[in-house]
Amino acid sequence: MATTAMVEEKVVYQRPESLESIPTHYCPGCTHGVAHRLVAEVLDELGVRERTIGVSPVGCSVFAYKYFNTDGAEAAHGRAPAMATGIKRIMPDRVVFTYQGDGDLAAIGIAEIVHAATRGENFTTIFINNAIYGMTGGQMAPTTLPGQRTTSSPVGRDVELTGFPIRMAELLSGAPGAAYVVRRSLHNVKEINRAKRAIKTAFEVQLAGLGFSMVELLSACPTGWKVTPPEAMDWIEQQMVPYYPLGDYKIADGVEQLAKRR
Amino acid sequence: MAKGRIEINEDHCKGCSLCVIACPQNVIELATDRVNAKGYYPAMLVDPEGNCTGCAICAVACPDVCITVYRQVPVKASSAAAAL
Repeated sequence: MATTAMVEEKVVYQRPESLESIPTHYCPGCTHGVAHRLVAEVLDELGVRERTIGVSPVGCSVFAYKYFNTDGAEAAHGRAPAMATGIKRIMPDRVVFTYQGDGDLAAIGIAEIVHAATRGENFTTIFINNAIYGMTGGQMAPTTLPGQRTTSSPVGRDVELTGFPIRMAELLSGAPGAAYVVRRSLHNVKEINRAKRAIKTAFEVQLAGLGFSMVELLSACPTGWKVTPPEAMDWIEQQMVPYYPLGDYKIADGVEQLAKRR
Repeated sequence: MAKGRIEINEDHCKGCSLCVIACPQNVIELATDRVNAKGYYPAMLVDPEGNCTGCAICAVACPDVCITVYRQVPVKASSAAAAL
């Protein structure tokens, strides 16, 4: 018997198979990368990568179809839910998700997402809310907070002039066809783990055919907000979370049984 | 001996430092003496005292999925005997 205890080295974390092994074009500290990884991990865990079709938006995540090791399609600006509707109706055995930012989903594409949710289309939407138009240079988005400085609101968003930021999770929770609508954040490890569980539930809702599911993720845009990545995480916690409360906004009948079964 | 270690894909790292602030053992630093192909200071494991536990919190925080985490686990008696 050897006196030293034998140990072996085990890989406890590695890149999920559903994510291509290429560097992303996202800025340092952008949590799009975290959201991509969580979706990829969930697809791996559910074992559905080979029959998944992602629909990419227009915005920073326009190349999402390149990063996911799944089939993918690229929709016109804001029209990912319409394209996902078509794909899912033609091929109901496929797992279909849209990955959309706030400029895509909450501005130009708000009609598509509201009607897709109301019809109860059986796909999953991952909604990245970073309170700014990232790709075009940090302009004010529908989700920009009151008083927030952007390149098109240089003295801060004036709600007298431009109205209030839109809360999409609350809005879509009123849609009769929506089965699972929640908001999570990506600003620290605990919240990232909660976000992953929500994404998994959202895909399970789709696999069970319960209807429309959406996970809104509060996300960082250090470049657009003109802060460092650690400051951006604090900014989400201190500024965004109070206006966009984290929580479950719509849990339809049948969803809780899914969570219990796991 | 450290209970764990990490490998960082330096070419994918963008030096955002989110792993540095997430690490509970404070064993990750940004390099100051070199940059990667994209011009970022990559993160690296600096663990002379072997404090890394392989908890994978850095990997969960990393937006660029550059971190692979390894953990030392005891071999069960039966499989150790089989190996011998």
